Amino acid sequence: MSSKRHLFTAVLLISTPVLLRAASQDDPSTAKAQKPAAATHPAQQYVDQGERIFQQQCSRCHNAPDGFSPRISGTVVRHMRVRASLSKHDEEELLRFFNP
Amino acid sequence: MFCAASFGTAQNTPLLSGGVGFLTNTNAGQTTYEPIIEPLLAAPIGNHFLVESRAFLEESFAPNGSGQYDHTHFIGLTYLQGDYIATPHLTVVAGSFLIPFGTYNERLSPIWIGNFQDGPLITSLGLMSTGTGTGGQVRGSAISRPKYSIDYAAYFSARVSNQQFEAQRSAGGRADLYLPEQRLEVGFSYGRLLQGTHENFYGTHVWWEPKDTAFRLRSEFARGHHAQGYWIEADYRTQAFGGLDSWIGRFEPVIRMQQTFRRDTVVSDGLPLVNTQRVDFGLDYNLPHNTRILTSYSREFASTGNFNIWETGIVYRFLFPAWKGR
Repeated sequence: MSSKRHLFTAVLLISTPVLLRAASQDDPSTAKAQKPAAATHPAQQYVDQGERIFQQQCSRCHNAPDGFSPRISGTVVRHMRVRASLSKHDEEELLRFFNP
Repeated sequence: MFCAASFGTAQNTPLLSGGVGFLTNTNAGQTTYEPIIEPLLAAPIGNHFLVESRAFLEESFAPNGSGQYDHTHFIGLTYLQGDYIATPHLTVVAGSFLIPFGTYNERLSPIWIGNFQDGPLITSLGLMSTGTGTGGQVRGSAISRPKYSIDYAAYFSARVSNQQFEAQRSAGGRADLYLPEQRLEVGFSYGRLLQGTHENFYGTHVWWEPKDTAFRLRSEFARGHHAQGYWIEADYRTQAFGGLDSWIGRFEPVIRMQQTFRRDTVVSDGLPLVNTQRVDFGLDYNLPHNTRILTSYSREFASTGNFNIWETGIVYRFLFPAWKGR
């Protein structure tokens, strides 16, 4: 019985920081997943195309991550190029979308 | 060594991603608790290479009936592969890779992606026991047009008995046709076991995500030498009450229907020993910051007995640079 109590205590301890982090909406230290404001971008057509490709190719399998550093955006796209068999054109549009 | 990509601030710093979760399931009255970490590393080298790997670390606790818990643990590499992007249409993969058969193994098996904790009953068909091949693979986008695209993957795996890279001698592949306007994907898979009794595996899948909705329909059928089966899964998030990021829009009801059929009594493929039907009802909640709560109730029907499966869990997906870059 006591080990059961310890197990639930461990679960509570593990899940509390995750829930607390999830409950806070803003995380200024992390770049957003590059969903730029439509009216402000100078090359809107690229953004639209990149977003469309993101919806078609990436969201087909998984939810969009809330945000990630621009330092890994090239790696993310190359990984998805291999994993999702993206065309070179789709890879380039996604890179533009993530790095307007 | 690691070069910068050519768009904006894009850089090719190696990344660490993956999921960490705590899952519980009660299967026919037997409960288990599973803390899981599933890290993924992707490291580009130059303009054409990528090294990627995923591992699985799990501890499993189950009450043993005497007030104590039995526990087991598992640590292993899921895959470790090198990718060389040779041309716009060809990527060469070498190492230990996920077998490209059907959709579940390559796309939905990470804990931070799947809508349910456990995979479909037919998951093992075509995956040659281990789900990974050790050898080589070619894959890529064969044709990409505004109205359709075709991609492919073909592999050969040698027989490897090393514990971390265990694989069976086999060959196979998959081809997909995608219609972006209809958001419809149809694919076919084939695999052949090339050791022991040579067996063929066939698979097909249909995925559909209507445009501007958060509805997804996924289905897959697979046929092996001794058994066959299918699964159909649908999930939906409403945008009607403030969008997907509203507290209501974060709910994601899911339903999955699956059946397996034995073709003979030779059991070598991981499918149930008798014809089985199962329905899964899930209700997931997508918290901000890449955290998901997964809950589901399943009922399995078979001539050997019917039983319930209850599952709950929380999964956090992480994604950050492997080290400080420029």
